Amino acid sequence: MAVLDSKVPKGPLKDKWTNHKNHINLVNPANKRLIDVIVVGTGLAGGSASATLAELGYNVKAFCYQDSPRRAHSIAAQGGINAAKNYQGDGDSTYRLFYDTVKGGDYRSREANVYRLAEVSANIIDQCVAQGVPFARDYGGLLDNRSFGGVLVSRTFYAKGQTGQQLLLGAYSAMNRQIARGKIEMFNRHEMLDVVKIDGKARGIIARNLVTGEIERHSAHAVVIASGGYGNVFFLSTNAMGSNVSAGWKIHKKGAFFANPCYTQIHPTCIPRSGDYQSKLTLMSESLRNDGRIWVPKNMEDVKAIREGRKKPTDLSEEERDYYLERRYPAFGNLVPRDVASRAAKERCDAGYGVNATGEAVYLDFASAITRYGKEQAKIQNISNPSASKIYDLGKAIVEAKYGNLFQMYEKIVDENPYETPMMIYPAVHYTMGGVWVDYNLMTTVPGLYCIGEANFSDHGANRLGASALMQGLADGYFVLPYTIGDYLSGDIRTGRISTEGPEFEEAEKEVRERLSFFVNNKGEHSVDYYHKKLGNIMWEKCGMSRNAQGLKEAIAEIKELREDFWKNVSVPGKMDELNPELEKAGRVADFLELGELFAKDALVREESCGGHFREESVELDGEQKGEAKRNDEDFAFVSAWEYTGEPADAVLHKEELEFNDIELKQRSYK
Amino acid sequence: MSGLIKSSIARKVVMALSGLFLVFFLAQHFTINITSVIAPDTFNEWSHFMGYNGLVQFVLQPILIAGVIVHFVMGIALEIKNNNARAIKYNKYNGSANASWMSRNMIITGLVVLAFLGLHFYDFWVHEMSYKYIAGNPEDPTRYYEETVEKFEPFWRTVIYVISFVLLALHLWHGFASSFQSMGVNNKYKSAIQTFTKVYAIVIPLGFIFIALYHHLNPITH
Amino acid sequence: MSNMNLTLKIWRQKDSKSKGKMVDYKVSDISEHMSFLEMMDVLNEQLINKGEDPVAFDHDCREGICGMCSMFINGEAHGPDRGVTTCQLHMRMFKDGDTITIEPFRAKAFPVMKDLVVDRSSFDRIQHAGGYISVNTSGNTQDANALPIAKEAADKAMDAATCIGCGACVATCKNASAMLFVGAKVSQYALLPQGQVEATERVQNMVKQMDLEGFGNCTNTGACEVECPKGISLETIARMNREYLTASIKG
Repeated sequence: MAVLDSKVPKGPLKDKWTNHKNHINLVNPANKRLIDVIVVGTGLAGGSASATLAELGYNVKAFCYQDSPRRAHSIAAQGGINAAKNYQGDGDSTYRLFYDTVKGGDYRSREANVYRLAEVSANIIDQCVAQGVPFARDYGGLLDNRSFGGVLVSRTFYAKGQTGQQLLLGAYSAMNRQIARGKIEMFNRHEMLDVVKIDGKARGIIARNLVTGEIERHSAHAVVIASGGYGNVFFLSTNAMGSNVSAGWKIHKKGAFFANPCYTQIHPTCIPRSGDYQSKLTLMSESLRNDGRIWVPKNMEDVKAIREGRKKPTDLSEEERDYYLERRYPAFGNLVPRDVASRAAKERCDAGYGVNATGEAVYLDFASAITRYGKEQAKIQNISNPSASKIYDLGKAIVEAKYGNLFQMYEKIVDENPYETPMMIYPAVHYTMGGVWVDYNLMTTVPGLYCIGEANFSDHGANRLGASALMQGLADGYFVLPYTIGDYLSGDIRTGRISTEGPEFEEAEKEVRERLSFFVNNKGEHSVDYYHKKLGNIMWEKCGMSRNAQGLKEAIAEIKELREDFWKNVSVPGKMDELNPELEKAGRVADFLELGELFAKDALVREESCGGHFREESVELDGEQKGEAKRNDEDFAFVSAWEYTGEPADAVLHKEELEFNDIELKQRSYK
Repeated sequence: MSGLIKSSIARKVVMALSGLFLVFFLAQHFTINITSVIAPDTFNEWSHFMGYNGLVQFVLQPILIAGVIVHFVMGIALEIKNNNARAIKYNKYNGSANASWMSRNMIITGLVVLAFLGLHFYDFWVHEMSYKYIAGNPEDPTRYYEETVEKFEPFWRTVIYVISFVLLALHLWHGFASSFQSMGVNNKYKSAIQTFTKVYAIVIPLGFIFIALYHHLNPITH
Repeated sequence: MSNMNLTLKIWRQKDSKSKGKMVDYKVSDISEHMSFLEMMDVLNEQLINKGEDPVAFDHDCREGICGMCSMFINGEAHGPDRGVTTCQLHMRMFKDGDTITIEPFRAKAFPVMKDLVVDRSSFDRIQHAGGYISVNTSGNTQDANALPIAKEAADKAMDAATCIGCGACVATCKNASAMLFVGAKVSQYALLPQGQVEATERVQNMVKQMDLEGFGNCTNTGACEVECPKGISLETIARMNREYLTASIKG
């Protein structure tokens, strides 16, 4: 294990972070002024890190490809943010949050990191409230919580259905304060195209001004990558159109190991695809499963009749419906974790029971909830013998109060009224747990190069719990990185300003220019989207919700072939020195075409089922859990960290063994 | 303080305050005028008071004129600035989709009312000034009623009056309620304010139109 | 359910320095289930395959929250539907044979960069001028529940905070005024106790910056409120006016 040193501090789990902070080196305030830090990405992680580093006194240069830091895709998170505040007095604690997160991640995350995350979670809420984030409150004026994603306590803080937006605007406001003070220099509409290493250390980046096309050199004493996840390797996902892996992939090619690329979260409650033109999938909050019942018709004739429009879903009686989650998982029913719910939907649709034209949709039905709430309300309001329509009206009002905005969004997109006919849903790629390998200090395998937020691999193991992504992004950016980076930067107080004139910058810029110039000069025949859609299709079919060795091997070969074709036949209109969205896409898809292969390779190596990674060969063969995912702790309790050596096919696997000292490894059961 | 005068919000407030002042003046003007229909003697009496009372003539009248000028000058200044704020216009702008005609055309209704004010000043104010101060005629507390009714004899003038007051109604329809919003009043009384201002915007101009038509149709026969 | 053939009149402009013009395009076989931006994707794929320059437009999340997409469609910001951004506008709002006019958001403070892409950094600069509460990320702020906030105030602050900064208010306003945007931000902080300490400077500085950027004045037409994809209320402008007046009196 010489190559991978996780640098987890010694000592008892609950003291590790405190002791570590007490013993790492600090940079004195006068010296911080002499140190520059580059932050790429301005979502929750990057935005909060930029603001905090600038507050501390470092000179921060922040980069985002959007027209403003406020637009990063963290903004789309709906549900909430977890924190072990125990405001509800329901027995929550740091340990419980830690335990739930490790268990939810199917025991594939690093214990010490997760404990630290749980530890600082409470500070995040304090900080955000102080910044003016308008979290939901109860009538006493105190913060409200909701329960989320199958845990036993209510620890999720929320701001309507826009928690991500409000937290991001909080971080953005903290950035604004530093921009106004001149401590953050903001580069909007800039994309990082490479990292520059000098003497083995990360010392700057090459960025393209997306408006003028100018290639710029930026130097710093440390570089922080906070560029989010790579779900768009599937083409269709709930990510933003511009979300990409490029920053992470560039640093991977310069020596940063890439960990667990196959861990992808496929979210069960998304609006299904309606046709080939589709550009993006829309997520609806997981909270819908609290009241919605998921089903498909029992009989194939009904499926056909529905698809052909001869029958409506409401025409089917209870006996003609298959509530497959309730059937398979009586204990958890419709509230099984995301990965389980997604796979079950795919299983039914693969068997031919999908209910829309594409055959990829199941029903999410609120009729029972409306009746149940309606009866409850009639009782509360002392209405004796209420009519069916009265019950419906009363129930509908409750459902509307809880999910009104989601129902409205659904109706705008699908043009069907979900109060009257069941919603159609299908799983979609949502979040990537894998990412750049980092140690306890969030530093990659390249000195001075850090990676935070969704872009790194660290805290969610093989599956992320709901409302934990926002927590991790802000924990990394506000409370972890700003401390740990000081330890490294304390060695740089005498370095002085780093010149961008050296051969390393020269070389990196040259490579970037060559690649861009190839794209605009290649007289190919297919658009970038053509390749992206093809890649997405391979990924979805062979590296999607369930995977097998045969399919993964095919995927590896097909992606390689597609990549070779891309480099021959891609066509990019326009020029380098202008605003050219197609050119931006070309670079991103080129990187996805490499990542996709590594993804499949990683999935092939991991011959177990864990979290979001389901291998058809690794299922329970008998007993109560028959047919369910089978984890193999004996052979696979490790992090796969891949070293780049040329082609994705030649990537070298390094294993970081995972040790669990404070948690007993258990099989997840939802029966 | 100079910063305040340049600020967009301060200018809005100046528009609102001067507008509200003119709205108040309009009510007072109407009250006097309506007596010309119901009680010509009262009309003469009040008109004479207004014409010869020192406070009215030398304090309130200049304030009124200043109010008109401020409202007008500020309105034009804002219009110019607003025009510059979108140097290149849209090819297609569907303004009626999201805002009333009245709210979008305050400058048009305002300029028409201003032009009317020119005529009105010429008819009455210039007349009064030359009667009193240039010609130096003696006080005659009984002349106002007849002079007023005479003005409405020509058809064209009555038509101009009617049209102008219709446009004034449109101007008030938006402007009166809008002045409260500009001064930051937007609370539970909002709908009450809006209803009141709309009633006012119809009733007062309609009243002026009634007076004009009444005198036109009932000329004094000598 | 039949698919549509449409004529698009689109503003094309090479870069910020060039002059632009409206250009006509035809697209065919457009499904009513497509989003407006997916229809634009179809057009661009068509242009790329013909070797022409695709139409540049801003977009990112495509689920109505990032505020990146813009477009002035048939004379309205984000098109004819209500409570949506352009990415959520669906083609079922249009009919076969329609001609659709597509222009960039227009305002002096939003200069066009290319085609339908505009520069909205003026919004960022207004935020730099005071769109924040000065608190350090120490981790030692007081406990979040130490300061109870009335639910009504918290909910109203939230309503104001839902602004996505897309600029539809400016684009739609006949005066290209940014007061709904600034009003929303001022309101969020004005309604919360955390925002009180810096309230006086905040509103003055933000309004000053707004004026410097060249936005027009609010004439209370209410168009912004109607076109705002998040339904931000005119009340926020009134509140800003109030805050500004109070601040000016305090000095």
